[in-house]
Amino acid sequence: MIEIHNVQKSFNGNQVLKGITCTFETGKCNLLLGGSGTGKSVLLQCIVGLMQPDIGSITYDGSVFTNNKVQIRQEIRRKIGMLFQGSALFDSMTVYENIEFPLKMLTPEMTREERRDRVEFCLKRVGLENAGNKMPAEISGGMKKRVGIARAIAPNCTYLFCDEPNSGLDPLTSLKIDELIHEITHEYNITTAIITHDMNSVIEIGDHIIFLHKGQKLWDGTKEEILNAQVPELKEFIFSSSLVRAAKKVDDESEGGLAAITEGESTSA
Amino acid sequence: MVKNFGEFLLFIQSMVTRTERLKTLWQRTLEESVIIGFDSVFIVAIVSAFIGAVTCVQISYNLVSPLIPKSTIGFMVREMTILELAPTITSIVLAGKVGSSIAGGLGTMRITEQVAALEVMGINSASYLVLPRIVAAILMFPLLVILAMALSILGGYLAGTLTGAISAQEYIEGLRTDFIPYNIAFALIKSVVFAFLVSAISSYKGYFTTGGALEVGAASTGAVNNSIIAILIADFVLAALLL
Ligand SMILES: Nc1ncnc2c1ncn2[C@@H]1O[C@H](COP(=O)(O)OP(=O)(O)OP(=O)(O)O)[C@@H](O)[C@H]1O
Ligand SMILES: [Mg+2]
Repeated sequence: MIEIHNVQKSFNGNQVLKGITCTFETGKCNLLLGGSGTGKSVLLQCIVGLMQPDIGSITYDGSVFTNNKVQIRQEIRRKIGMLFQGSALFDSMTVYENIEFPLKMLTPEMTREERRDRVEFCLKRVGLENAGNKMPAEISGGMKKRVGIARAIAPNCTYLFCDEPNSGLDPLTSLKIDELIHEITHEYNITTAIITHDMNSVIEIGDHIIFLHKGQKLWDGTKEEILNAQVPELKEFIFSSSLVRAAKKVDDESEGGLAAITEGESTSA
Repeated sequence: MVKNFGEFLLFIQSMVTRTERLKTLWQRTLEESVIIGFDSVFIVAIVSAFIGAVTCVQISYNLVSPLIPKSTIGFMVREMTILELAPTITSIVLAGKVGSSIAGGLGTMRITEQVAALEVMGINSASYLVLPRIVAAILMFPLLVILAMALSILGGYLAGTLTGAISAQEYIEGLRTDFIPYNIAFALIKSVVFAFLVSAISSYKGYFTTGGALEVGAASTGAVNNSIIAILIADFVLAALLL
């Protein structure tokens, strides 16, 4: 479980995060939902330590991350896997080497054979058994995301962060990426945090949803609760999609309509 | 300017504290040495051979007094190339080639979040990415400068003998007149200093790129400009101090 307490961050007097308190639960897909420019990426960067929050603390399973000793931060970081918005694969290395890289760097005691087994396992897990020898420039955006996921989970991460895992992908591919992240989260009991502004992901994998608006947390809850939330900003955000409006209508007409839609989507996929 | 310099010093410091394992760094250094050293041999060879040739032809053109022996041409070619042209021109050429590739490479890694990806893994990205480049440059620049010295003297020999400006006998005699071994040491010291300046300045420029592809281009240009200016200033300072 990751606990975030009163995190604030400003850039040159422009306050981007205005005191955010929330928790990311273990074994669940925690979604950070919100419009463009609300500070989702900034919050995530504060959580993984790429930025220092001005005020506030972040605790990973009881050990404090912010302003702690370098060794302790390092130890926590080694348990973090992250999928970046643009995948951030090392473009001088092959797909195989990309996934092997964190193993080489973080677990020097592993032998070459052990690493090979692990890389092949991860490649298989994300469905890219045959792409090991390709360079990142030779594979498609969706495949890059998969490699990014494989690289993140290779060293058996405890925490997985994904910044917009399905931006720029077609609906079917993004659904597959969402499902992959969801499965991995439940399979290995990972604490997963996903930034998204895609309502499809929310309905598909939102175990725990945190809604951000202009640097503040306005709502959190599950995907079953979100359609009946009474926060005006959240309502405006989710019902801007006509698909969700339709879902809501079905939901109102017959109890459990949302569940029917989610099921319908996953069987048709 | 002062603020930049302070940041630059902090950057160098962050690189040597909390480094990665030596084996990893050494492997990275070898990889970078191939890129910085081996891949630059061709351009350095061409430039230095022509510089030697042109120096020889121009000196013989200017040296018309019958009182001065022809062997002076060989002597002057040696002095000029070893002391100044080989180390400085080679380093300026390398500032263009190596500096822009270091800054462009690091800048691209920065804007595509590869640097952030390293940091999230708990790797000191400055030490992993930059330190091997600087060490590789410090190892490779002197070797390239030695090559440049040899080839510019050879270039002078060929130009002199082929144009008939000087006989092989006289050229070699000139080369062997009043040879001061310290000059070679001085040239190599210069090349080490230039190597550090070029690689560190270019790394700094590239590593702190913000924005997009346009800024990566600007970082490369800035890296080359600043490296060349730094080389020329250091050249002057070293000459004043060590000669
Ligand atoms: N390094 C920075 N320096 C200054 N301002 C920044 C920096 N990073 C982000 N900001 C500002 O913080 C605000 C929030 O940015 P952020 O990237 O977190 O948005 P976001 O919620 O991730 O949006 P999107 O969904 O479009 O990715 C923006 O107004 C941005 O201008
Ligand atoms: Mg963002």
